[in-house]
Amino acid sequence: MAGISVDTGKCIGSAQCVLAAPDVFDQDDDGFVVVLDDSPSGAAEAAARTARGLCPAQAISVHD
Amino acid sequence: MTSTDLVPFMLRRPGAPFPPPEYADFRERPGLVKAALPSGETVWLVTRHEEVRSVLTDPRISSNPTHEGFPRPSRTVGAPSADDVPGWFVSLDPPDHNRFRKALIPEFTVRRIRSLRPAVEEIVDRSIDQMTAKGDSADLVEDFSLSVPSLVISSLLGVPKVDRDFFEEKTKVLVTLTSTDEERDKASEHLLRYINRLISIKSKRPGDDLISKLLQGGLLTPQELSGVAMLLLIAGHETTANNISLGVVTLLQQKQWIGDERAIEELLRYHSVADLVALRVAVEDVEIGGQLVRKGEGIVPLVAGANHDPEVFERPHEFDPSRSATGHVAFGYGVHQCLGQNLVRLEMDVAYRGLFQRLPNLEIAVPLEELQFKYDGVLFGLHALPVRW
Ligand code: HEM
Ligand code: SF4
Repeated sequence: MAGISVDTGKCIGSAQCVLAAPDVFDQDDDGFVVVLDDSPSGAAEAAARTARGLCPAQAISVHD
Repeated sequence: MTSTDLVPFMLRRPGAPFPPPEYADFRERPGLVKAALPSGETVWLVTRHEEVRSVLTDPRISSNPTHEGFPRPSRTVGAPSADDVPGWFVSLDPPDHNRFRKALIPEFTVRRIRSLRPAVEEIVDRSIDQMTAKGDSADLVEDFSLSVPSLVISSLLGVPKVDRDFFEEKTKVLVTLTSTDEERDKASEHLLRYINRLISIKSKRPGDDLISKLLQGGLLTPQELSGVAMLLLIAGHETTANNISLGVVTLLQQKQWIGDERAIEELLRYHSVADLVALRVAVEDVEIGGQLVRKGEGIVPLVAGANHDPEVFERPHEFDPSRSATGHVAFGYGVHQCLGQNLVRLEMDVAYRGLFQRLPNLEIAVPLEELQFKYDGVLFGLHALPVRW
């Protein structure tokens, strides 16, 4: 299991995270990232790590 | 050759659609490669995936063309800046850029873009109707690929249906090779005037469209909004059209991937049409991949180079949708990463579904060697794509 946090100040609403890990991330009506599951495990955790690598604004942190 | 020798730029893609073969050689060299643009200016070329991403996220590197040393690629007078066109936010750095992005992202969320599917389907269907009404052959570029993105953007902006033909005709002039500079200037003047009129109409009678919502949001001035609308139009037209056409060529050669959703991401990576779009300049001394880049030196992060970097994408010249192509930088990276990317994915998906379902016998009407690729513009693509069905 990993802990997820995001820096909405950096987020540019590209939605890479929503596409890569829809169980972990969503966008609010303003387009900014929201965390749906801040301690994912298994496949969702792996997807969240992928999303961290894809995020163009480096707004996602994954803590072990 | 050592890395200090100048290489001439721009380079061609003889094995189209692949990026210029020189990129593979550049990637192997230590540091960056110094190149001379046709204007005589020198720039640093960046071809490795990791370094393209670091250039596009480094705060010491700017998108603002008013900085000394900003690259000017061939045959253009240089990129417009937000000084020339208020609202041209692709050329603003943070924090000035933030306000525009914040104003626009609600209109481009995954949910919002999904809700546009029926409207995009209608546009694609209508475009196929019009193309097939003319006979059993066409130029797919002119008769389909250029129409769809223009109609989609006009619907997004809230251009009334009766004006869409006008809008489409003018936007086509902007991207057609045979247009003269004068015709282009005139078309963009007409479009700008039209957009300004649309903004004033929407401020009195708002609808459920992007312009009305941005006016109500109050984050942007009407003058900025007209620059934003022009940017959306220009950024989203030929880029999308070229991808649609190139994708048809690639899918017709490898028909097993038609209808496979993974094909879209791989097509974006494989063709990397916007290779020369993300231009930058260093505003402080900065080291990139072991290369010292001085303040005031231009940088060209080549997204086709990054997207064909074998360190990240094995057998990069193979079109293989079963690979994970996410992580490509066809839409750039960093704060300017393409605002329209989810709209592009939708348009490509709907366009291919429409074309291949309605025209199951679609084929290219000339031998592949005769296809005319665009080498000389900022965007890679096809001048024409003769097809029959
Ligand atoms: C396949 C089609 C497309 C490709 C390959 C593409 C590529 C790109 C690239 C590489 C950038 C980054 C530029 C930079 O970093 O300097 C960009 C930015 C942008 N694109 Fe796209 N684009 C496409 C379609 C669209 C569409 C359909 C729209 C709008 C409806 C659009 C709107 C924008 C805007 C507004 C920006 C500037 C974003 C910012 O500065 O924050 N693009 N695009
Ligand atoms: S990928 Fe990054 S920038 Fe894009 S929406 Fe998610 S957190 Fe925001």
